[in-house]
Amino acid sequence: MPAPPSGPAPDEPTGPDGPDGPDEPDHYPLAAPQPVDPRTADLATPPAGTKTCVACRAGRVDRDGYCENCGHAQPRERDHMEQELDAVAAVSDRGLRHHRNEDAFAVSATALPDGSPAVIAIVCDGVSSATRPDDASLAAAHTANETLLASLPRGAHPQQAMHDAIVAAAEAVNLLAGEPRTAQQQAPHQNAPACTLVGAVVTPTLLVVGWVGDSRVYWIPADRGAPPARLTEDDSWAAQMVAAGLMSEAEAYADDRAHAITGWLGADAYELEPHTASFKPDRPGVVVVCTDGLWNYAETAGEMARAVPLDAARRPLHTAQVLVGHALDGGGHDNVTVAVLPFPAPPQGAGSA
Amino acid sequence: MANFSKSNVPQFSVDVYQNEYLPEGGREVNAIVTVSATGGGTIGSAVTAPHLYSPGQGPSAAVAIMVDCSGSMDYPPTKMRNARDATAAAIDTLRDGVHFAVVGGTHVAKEVYPGGGRLAVADATTRGQAKQALRRLSAGGGTAIGTWLRLADRLLSSADVAIRHGILLTDGRNEHESPQDLKTTLDACAGRFTCDARGVGTDWEVKEVTGIASALLGTADIVADPAGLATDFTQMMETAMGKEVADVALRLWTPVGTTIKFVKQVAPTVEELTGRRTEAGPRAGDYPTGSWGDESRDYHVCVEVPSAGIGQEMLAARVSLVIPQPDGTVQNLGAQGLVRAVWTDDMTASTSINPQVAHYTGQAELAQAIQQGLDARKAGDIDGATAKLGRAVQLASVSGNADTAKLLAKVVDVVDAAAGTVRLKAKVAEADEMTLETRSTKTVRVKK
Repeated sequence: MPAPPSGPAPDEPTGPDGPDGPDEPDHYPLAAPQPVDPRTADLATPPAGTKTCVACRAGRVDRDGYCENCGHAQPRERDHMEQELDAVAAVSDRGLRHHRNEDAFAVSATALPDGSPAVIAIVCDGVSSATRPDDASLAAAHTANETLLASLPRGAHPQQAMHDAIVAAAEAVNLLAGEPRTAQQQAPHQNAPACTLVGAVVTPTLLVVGWVGDSRVYWIPADRGAPPARLTEDDSWAAQMVAAGLMSEAEAYADDRAHAITGWLGADAYELEPHTASFKPDRPGVVVVCTDGLWNYAETAGEMARAVPLDAARRPLHTAQVLVGHALDGGGHDNVTVAVLPFPAPPQGAGSA
Repeated sequence: MANFSKSNVPQFSVDVYQNEYLPEGGREVNAIVTVSATGGGTIGSAVTAPHLYSPGQGPSAAVAIMVDCSGSMDYPPTKMRNARDATAAAIDTLRDGVHFAVVGGTHVAKEVYPGGGRLAVADATTRGQAKQALRRLSAGGGTAIGTWLRLADRLLSSADVAIRHGILLTDGRNEHESPQDLKTTLDACAGRFTCDARGVGTDWEVKEVTGIASALLGTADIVADPAGLATDFTQMMETAMGKEVADVALRLWTPVGTTIKFVKQVAPTVEELTGRRTEAGPRAGDYPTGSWGDESRDYHVCVEVPSAGIGQEMLAARVSLVIPQPDGTVQNLGAQGLVRAVWTDDMTASTSINPQVAHYTGQAELAQAIQQGLDARKAGDIDGATAKLGRAVQLASVSGNADTAKLLAKVVDVVDAAAGTVRLKAKVAEADEMTLETRSTKTVRVKK
């Protein structure tokens, strides 16, 4: 297993509020911009004719989800998703260049046997060259999350629990390969569904991460004087070249093959190698869990830290929105998914999911 | 009146084959639409046992057989005799209960059976009477095919039936009416009945016979040797008896700002449909496909959509099947297919050509190359003919269209099929050239 970069350095302690002043009540984060709301309630029951096309604003939307006037596809539920709990928030967006969102996330909170809180975030990126990548990422994120929700309260060590959750997620993705094809009836090449997975579990004392593929976790201390860090090591061609000492980081990432992943969940993966790591940060901060749709626009820990708002620990949803905005401003070439978890897990988060 | 509630009306399905991915700025969307009709309960029977029908079991149908009785049919006399025998064989293939008539055609059209502006209803007695009447057929007179079609139309429309079909046999050119008269007649008859057309011998005009079949949504072929007529007539009638639903139209809906570049049937034959559109409400149009038994046909649809940004997706066309009703409404046959456009910056996705689209683009070019090659040959343009027919040989070879390749090999000496190198044969049998021209539009399907 590749050694994660050095964790937070033991250094000057800061207050829970970070450097941006005393804690002010701020329970009213801005609502996410929702120009269109194609949520579940709208999708099933009402007949065509109740919705107006978002593209031409003239036609009605038929039951297939296309405009009866200009033919444009309407936003799908997964095009933009947000979720916020007390101590974690996540945002996922289709981006500007892809026609659907193949990323998925799951966030939740539970309690360890001693009653202390444990907050979970899982982020998955469907492999576009495979069949049904969107189904793969959804299945993996949900399965990993459910597995952790079951094992953590029973006292499993969070790092072992994370390992087991990745294995369970891999099995769930493998099962998809056997199912009858649905949406992709005429896919010219049939690859087994596949996706990456990255997850984080935050407790009052512990930060556990786990991953397969090139989705990442960053640690951003609340005190911006302290060094931020990337906590995961990509399963990618570039990372392997660098790790093997064959290329410099700059050379490797400039190569066309840089982003080819060497590990993933799915039936085509020859050998599953879940990576996990456990950290005991000595100061508060936030954990950023994301797909390459974000880190392509904030690759180094320093760049990521600059993109993260100073009040991130108190406003996880706002932070996730800002980070997705950062990726879209940069070009939004891929689907973007970000989960933000403050560390340590605040006590009130326990059991509030 | 068409009875669509019958259990033997086939189930239609629509499948779309396309590469929906377009590059940035891309506008042209190509798709192959496969329409299949199954489950009518009569296929197989259409080929093997049409007589299994008892009255009322099959769909109600009316058939008119038009037999050329012009003077040339007596040269040689076997032609008239074979035509008579072939018509008798076709009559034997009629299932009980089907309305029918026999028309003798010269520069005028005459009712041979049953006469009096009526149709007979097939049973043992009427079949016997009809065959008796055929003995009175004799050759003499000119050729005005339009008059035959108009009489057939009058007779066929006198019965209230679901399927109306004609079978037309000619041995000569349409000399006793103007091409414009024939065209006017075809326009008037289009959509009222379907018609197969056959040329017997080699003294007829290929474009006239294929033009009749094309306008009336039937098949065209050559029967060079009159001895082959009976078999051919029997097969044609069996196919006609297998038809279960008439007047099916391919309905295409396209979004605002979209241009339909073409719509053509590409299997089993190439048939241009673009100009035969009937408007059907906002942004929708109907293309006629005639009558269907248990069968499957492929259509190539090409539309130009307004360009949209990378990551956008739109519906380029919605394909469905309808049957226009007398009251102006339509019966929708349920099946539909979606032709989509998705803009991507993934070059691998946007530059690949769908195998079905590639195949049928080649088949359509093959038919065109044969036409142009034969036209050039007739015009004495040896270089042009060699180039076009060479290209045709190449296309037939790569696409596995063995039948067309064989026909081509009777007109050119193939030096290298893969490279398309050919030499025109010095001497070509007229029948071989006419066969190639008549069957140039026949296609093969993609090897799956």
